[in-house]
Amino acid sequence: MGTADFAFYAFAIIVVTAGLMMTVARNPVHSVLWLILTFLSAAGLFVLLGAEFVAMLLMIVYVGAVAVLFLFVVMMLDIDFAQLKAEMAKYMPLALLIGVVILMQLALAFGVWTTAPGALDARAAITPDMAQVENTRALGLLIYDQYIYLFQAAGLILLVAMVGAIALTLRHRSGVKRQNVLDQMYRDPAKAMELMDVKPGRGL
Amino acid sequence: MITADIATALPEVVLAGFAIAGLMYGAFGGQDRVAGRLLWATAGLFVALAVWLGLIDSGRQIAFGGMYIDDAFARFAKITILLSAAAVLVMGQPYLQRRDLMRFEYPVLITLSVIGMMMMVSAGDLMALYMGLELQSLALYVIAALRRDSAKSTEAGLKYFVLGALSSGILLYGASLTYGFAGTTLFSGILAGVTEGPMPLGLLFGLVFLIAGLAFKVSAVPFHMWTPDVYEGSPTPVTAFFATAPKVAAMALLARLVHDAFGHAAGDWGQVIGLLAVASMFVGAIAAIGQRDIKRLMAYSSIAHMGFALLGLAAGTEAGVQAMLIYMAIYVTMNIGTFAFILSMERDGRPVSDIAALNGLAKIDPMRALALLVLMFSLAGVPPMVGFFGKFYVLQAAVDAGLTWLALAGVVASVIGAFYYLRIVYFLYFGEEGAGLDATMPAVQWGFLMASAVAMLVGVVNLFGIETLAAVAAQTLVH
Repeated sequence: MGTADFAFYAFAIIVVTAGLMMTVARNPVHSVLWLILTFLSAAGLFVLLGAEFVAMLLMIVYVGAVAVLFLFVVMMLDIDFAQLKAEMAKYMPLALLIGVVILMQLALAFGVWTTAPGALDARAAITPDMAQVENTRALGLLIYDQYIYLFQAAGLILLVAMVGAIALTLRHRSGVKRQNVLDQMYRDPAKAMELMDVKPGRGL
Repeated sequence: MITADIATALPEVVLAGFAIAGLMYGAFGGQDRVAGRLLWATAGLFVALAVWLGLIDSGRQIAFGGMYIDDAFARFAKITILLSAAAVLVMGQPYLQRRDLMRFEYPVLITLSVIGMMMMVSAGDLMALYMGLELQSLALYVIAALRRDSAKSTEAGLKYFVLGALSSGILLYGASLTYGFAGTTLFSGILAGVTEGPMPLGLLFGLVFLIAGLAFKVSAVPFHMWTPDVYEGSPTPVTAFFATAPKVAAMALLARLVHDAFGHAAGDWGQVIGLLAVASMFVGAIAAIGQRDIKRLMAYSSIAHMGFALLGLAAGTEAGVQAMLIYMAIYVTMNIGTFAFILSMERDGRPVSDIAALNGLAKIDPMRALALLVLMFSLAGVPPMVGFFGKFYVLQAAVDAGLTWLALAGVVASVIGAFYYLRIVYFLYFGEEGAGLDATMPAVQWGFLMASAVAMLVGVVNLFGIETLAAVAAQTLVH
C-alpha cells in the first residue's frame, strides 16, 4: 500500500466518521465542529484527486466562511436541540427501516453497475488535457466558456436568494426616528436652545 | 458562436434583463409605490414575448452545446406559461393592493420564476434542467411566504421550501446515477447510451429518482402532501400562480426528459408514470370530497388533473404528448377563471374561502354564478364543455397505446371527482341562503372569469386551433 492509498483511506475514514459524529452529537456546536472536520478531510481527498483548486476553495469558502458563520448562528439560536431529537427518536425505527431498505436496493444497483459503451470517452472529452493546462485554468475554461449558460443561471438563482432574503426580512417601520448626520451638523444653535437667566427664588 | 447562442435564447435574456432593471427601478424609484406599474409592465412584457414566440418559426435550434433547445414543443409550453403568468399577475393585483401585499419584489420574483420555467422547458441537459428548476422553485418559496404577518403563509413557504429541497436532493441523486451510467449529462448523450432491450439496473434507478423528483413538482401522488397546505397558506394570487404556470413547466420538462433522454425505454418509464397517474386521479378525486376550504379543494383538484395529464404522457406516443399539451392548456384556462372567482370571494370586504359562503350566490349575482357553473362543469369534464375534450384526448391516447385499464380507471376517477364540483354548483343554485358573498367584483377579475367561462363554451368549435399547434409540438418532441 503506497502513501497515496494510505492517505486516501485515512481521509475517507475520517470523512465518514466525522459525518456520523456530526449527526449524532448532542451539542449543536460540536456538530458544527465535526462538520468542519468533514470538510477538511474532503479537501484532502480532492488534493489526492489532483484537484487542488477545488480543495483550496473548500477550505476557504466552506471551512473559512460558511462553517464559521454557521457556528455563530448555532451559538445564537435558542433552540432546545435535545427536545427536537427526542421528537425525532419516535420516528427512528421507521426511518431506519426505510433507510436500510433503500440501502439494500442501491446495493443491488451498484452490485451490477454497468456503464454505457462510450461513457468513459464522453466523460474525458469534456475535460481539457491536464498535462497542458493547470487546474484553475481548466476550471475557468469549463465554467466561463462551455458552461456559461449554467454559470449565468446560477447567478440568477443567487439573485433570487438575495431578493428573497431581503423581501422576507426587511421591514420599513414607520414612526422610527433615525439618525440624520447632516441634519445634526447643520442645526442652528440659536434655534435649538434658548438661554434663560433664571433668577434665584423664582421659577420660569 | 456565443452571439448565435444568445440570439437563440433571446427571450430568456430579455426577461433576465427586465428582471434586473425592474429590481433597480423598484429599489431606487420609489419602493412599493411603483409596484403596480411594475406589475403591469411585467404582464405586458410576458404577453409581448408570448406573441413573439408565437410568430417566429425557427424550427429546431440548439444552443450552448446542446444545453438549450428551442423547438415547437418548447415554444408551445413557453407561450402557455407566459400568458398564464401574465393573466395571474393582472388579476391578482386588486387583491394584493387591498391587503397591502403589493411589494415591488412580487413581479420581479414572478419574472425570475418564469425565466426558470422557460429554462426548464428548453433544457437539453440534466444540469440545465436542475438550474431552471431551482430558479423557478426558489422564487416560488419566497412568494409563498409573502404575507409575513400570517403564520399560515410563513408555514406554507417553509413547508414548500423543506419538501422542495428534499425533492431536489432526490432529483440530483437520480441525475448523478444517470451521469454515472452515460458519462454525460446531455440528453442526446444519454439517449445514445440507452439501447433497446432491458435497461441497466443503475440507470433504471436514476430514471426512477429523476421522475420522483419531478413528480414532486407536479404534485403527483404519492409526492403530493405539500400541495393542500401550501395552496391554503399562500396568498390567493400566489396560489393561482402555483396552480397554473409551474405545473405546465414541470409537466413539459417531464415530457422532454422522458422522450429526449429516455426515448428508447418508453416501457420502463411508461409504467412508473402510469402508476403516478392512476394514484393522482383517485387520491385527487376522493380526498377533495371532505374539503370545506375552496383553496384546499382546488389543490386536490389540481392533483387529479395532473393525474390526467400524466396519463397522456404514460401512453408514450406522439398522440399522448399532444393530448397532454392540450390538457395542460385547457387546465390552465379553467384554473385562471376559477381563481379569478376565488380572488373575488369576499364578505364585508374580508376574504373568505369556505365553500359554504357560496350558498345562494345565484340570487345575488346570477352572471358570476353562471360563469362559475360553466367552469365547474368544465373542470368536472361534463360535455359539451371544453374540459370534456381535454379528458377525451387523453383517454383516447391511452386507449390507442393499449392502456385500456388506465383509461377505465381515469373514467371512474373522473366520475368520483365530478361529485365535489357539482356540489359547488348545488351550493350556488340551491344552497340555503345565509351570510353570502359581496356582490361586487373588481373589473379585471370579472373580465377574466367571464372570458374563461366563454372560452369553455366557444372553444368547443375548434379548441381555438391549439389542437394542430399541440400536434406540431408533439411531433418535434417524439422521434
